[in-house]
Amino acid sequence: MKFMKNQLRRTAVGAIAAIAALTSFGAVASADEITGAGATFPQPVYTRWAEQYAASNGDTLNYQGIGSGAGTTQIINRTVDFGASDAPVAPERLASNNLLQFPAVIGAVVVSVNIAGVNGNDLHLTGPVVADIYLGRIRMWNDRRIAALNPGVTLPAVAIAPVYRADSSGTTSIFTSYLGAVSLAFQTTIGAGSSVSWRAGIGAPGNAGVAGAIRNTNGAIGYVEYAYATENNMATPQLQNRSGAWVRPNSAAFAAAAATANWASAPNMAASMINTAGQANWPIVSATYILLPKNPTDGARSLKVMRFFDWAFNNGQPAADQLHYIMLPESVRAQVRQRWCQVRSNGQPVWSGCH
Amino acid sequence: MSIQPFNAANYVRRRTFSLIMDMICTLAAMLGLVLLALILFTLIQRGMAGFSLSVFTEPMRSQGGGLSNAIMGTLMQAGLGIAIGAPLGMAAGIYLAEVGRGSRFASVVRFVNDILLSAPSVLIGLFVYQIVVIPMGNFSGFAGAVALALLAMPVIARTTEDIVKLVPDSYREGSTALGARDSTTISRVVVPAAFGGILTGILLAVARISGETAPLLFTSFGNYGHASSMFEGGMASLPWAIYTYAKQPSNELNNLAWTGALVITVGVLLLNVLSRVSHYLVSRGRSQ
Amino acid sequence: MSVSSSVDFENSRKFHLGEGIFRTILLFSALVILITLGAILTILFLSGQHAFARYGVQFLWLDQWDPVRDVYGAAAPVVGTLASSAIALAIAWPLGFGVAYFLTESCPRRLRAPLGIAVELLAAIPSIVYGMWGFFVFAPVMSSAIQPWLTANAWLFWIIVAALVGISLSSMTLATLGRSIFGRIVAGAILILALAGIVYLAVNRTDLPVLPSELNPLWWWFQGAPVGVGLLSAGVVLAIMILPFIAATSRDVLNTTPQLLKEGGYAMGATRWEVVTGVVIPAVRGSLFGAVFLGLGRALGETMAVVFVIGNANRLPDSFFAPTTSISALIANTFPEAGPDTMLQASLFALGFILFVVSFFVLALARLMLRQGRMA
Repeated sequence: MKFMKNQLRRTAVGAIAAIAALTSFGAVASADEITGAGATFPQPVYTRWAEQYAASNGDTLNYQGIGSGAGTTQIINRTVDFGASDAPVAPERLASNNLLQFPAVIGAVVVSVNIAGVNGNDLHLTGPVVADIYLGRIRMWNDRRIAALNPGVTLPAVAIAPVYRADSSGTTSIFTSYLGAVSLAFQTTIGAGSSVSWRAGIGAPGNAGVAGAIRNTNGAIGYVEYAYATENNMATPQLQNRSGAWVRPNSAAFAAAAATANWASAPNMAASMINTAGQANWPIVSATYILLPKNPTDGARSLKVMRFFDWAFNNGQPAADQLHYIMLPESVRAQVRQRWCQVRSNGQPVWSGCH
Repeated sequence: MSIQPFNAANYVRRRTFSLIMDMICTLAAMLGLVLLALILFTLIQRGMAGFSLSVFTEPMRSQGGGLSNAIMGTLMQAGLGIAIGAPLGMAAGIYLAEVGRGSRFASVVRFVNDILLSAPSVLIGLFVYQIVVIPMGNFSGFAGAVALALLAMPVIARTTEDIVKLVPDSYREGSTALGARDSTTISRVVVPAAFGGILTGILLAVARISGETAPLLFTSFGNYGHASSMFEGGMASLPWAIYTYAKQPSNELNNLAWTGALVITVGVLLLNVLSRVSHYLVSRGRSQ
Repeated sequence: MSVSSSVDFENSRKFHLGEGIFRTILLFSALVILITLGAILTILFLSGQHAFARYGVQFLWLDQWDPVRDVYGAAAPVVGTLASSAIALAIAWPLGFGVAYFLTESCPRRLRAPLGIAVELLAAIPSIVYGMWGFFVFAPVMSSAIQPWLTANAWLFWIIVAALVGISLSSMTLATLGRSIFGRIVAGAILILALAGIVYLAVNRTDLPVLPSELNPLWWWFQGAPVGVGLLSAGVVLAIMILPFIAATSRDVLNTTPQLLKEGGYAMGATRWEVVTGVVIPAVRGSLFGAVFLGLGRALGETMAVVFVIGNANRLPDSFFAPTTSISALIANTFPEAGPDTMLQASLFALGFILFVVSFFVLALARLMLRQGRMA
């Protein structure tokens, strides 16, 4: 008995010592890493880039897709090295928080459905029809307005389950901007924003959560970043664009829309690519943005962020192609590098390419 | 009520009714147990699908990878949480059982402790966000550990009090009769006698906190890699990793989430079994 | 003599520094528990005060949650929390009592201990496992089988409700009015009314002639897209989660009845069910309610089991199947992006405060009932 008790006590002391050792080990483990947080929309490509960058340069990047709203909050609080947001941040907010905004990559939001027997790009939908689905005005898949757009497709008498982002998200902001642009009713009753008051449907957290919910729900419709739809082999309907043409979601259609962006005149490089005119243009395309403090407390860390994106601008094409993101045009990349000169530490630009 | 003579027909009716109610309750029990068994079955089936050694050796990645950073994070946060929560809980439990026994103050503390025991854990997360994360300026494994400590403390206080009360008064009387002060009696006689039981409580608390997700969402936040520090930047935890991967639109990562769930469940159940065994051994030792 | 001489009686009564420190540490630790509760309440209230100041009591019944217009009301999450917990309780209470009855009375003695331990172990499974099971396994079944069946057979549900209400109302009448002629007539009338209702429902299964089915409250409770997640799914998953908890606590409570009392009952010729309902339950009624309230307390504050299956729609539910939200799910989803000093963050803290106060009262009630039972 006494032996037993001593044994127990020794085990306990050992356990506490082990915990203490683990804890202190954690404090010294792993070298410098840069931390970013925000948009989930570009998360697949940022994570892929980070893995490749770590393999070639050794510097690690911890990127967390916590939603654009949260990412903006985090960088304003300076709890991360960079923030990421899909929706461009308002110029006043950038100025008051001393933030530099630049685009990193271009991506597309696609509509995705889960209807038995409907695959690939079979289904045809227009913006106003999608808006009415999200307004709760079209409730069944065999609704006349959907059937009229899809003469060759047999649509079941299944209730539509719209899925949206439960967290605040730039993807939602891009999608609601598009719906607002094509439907006055949507614009007036719901409006555009990174988190809105939906009138119908179910909420799921993150692009991944939405894609997962669509996959698990018969009759679901949702909006996700294109990479999530392709990775999951989801059915992605064609949309009618501003020029009246039917477009399939693919890299060519995204690139066509990206080419129309007017970067030169956009303040803070926030060029809109939503609902653009052009026969081949996918209507829901947007750049996603990075936020950097203009007055970093530790210039070296900001420099590491810039080096990472500089590496990505030069070497990121294969990963972007694979995940169906569009790289920024070369001229825009040069413009971004010029803007990095606004980040100053001790009065000196942090980025090396400044004159 | 008048006393009535025994009525055989009536008795058969009552017996039948009792048997029917018996069967209904048995059916309810079966239904409940089958549902729970079903969950365990799914957990094992889907958890084994993604199971491999790399779960324990590789950190999380966008594809492939394992959960080593999350397992490490949970060990560190639960470890530090217990290191903070256990002394406080034990001391409070000893106070309730020894010093304050029977006092009004002690009964208030006991009541509040019982409420904290089942308080919504997500609110503990909000609370720690305000008192640790905001002042420190960032998410951290330390903040997560503080949240877990607040969850562990009431569990340990409760079990410590219960077990210390079971120590026979003759021990205390004997010690006091030898001239020992209360502090000596408690630390040299009462606590050692109850040590096995207290350890049981600590094991139960470890089991309870290592499966918690909600209080970590806004405190230790999460991290796809190994955290560089306990005090700066997010830190992964197994429940957070499960939550994150369960939301991904990829079968591979969903399976990894199930594997994580299996790992944490097995861990938690093992701790529970261990605490029972230690309790059994100690109580058997005492009765001999 | 030599032993007692080594004891310093004079000194032992004086203040001793080590003793003082020891007691202070113990007292401080006990105080930490009180301070923690007070601090949680205070911090949640202070952080949420902007929302309380802006909306006042109206916050509770404002049913909008619109970040675009920066308007936040608590109605949807509060109703979602209460409704999902109520459904959970309605399912887990009878099942949990059944398990407890089985484990204490009708189960073969050999199996009692192992099954009892199994139930207690199940209560320790992390709640996120229940959430995942709900999302990956239960929701698809709910969407493809249970929900369509319930929508088509809503009348069956209401027949069960009518039968339960009829039986309980008539037995309550008998209990209050006694078995007089008058009491029997009233009870009989209630039963006949309930029976009429049942027949009416059975005849007009799919829709009532008076109203189209969408407008009929008896049916719209079971309307909605079969998405598999929503109020009912959350209730069911919560029920499964709190079931082992209620069962284990109820079993402990039933076990506290002295064997002597039960044997007395059996000696009187009572059947097993009569002993349980006539001897055991009256002795521990308070504690049994306490066990159930403890389960309710768990359900109210649960986050991970709910967030996967409630649908995360910040709207009031208009049917059992409607996606809605709960306070904890809304906090888990929305809190990370709520910036400091925003109305959104204040509203979330205000919701947290409401949840804390509600669960405080539920848990306090549970503890009081359990304690009362222990003394009796």
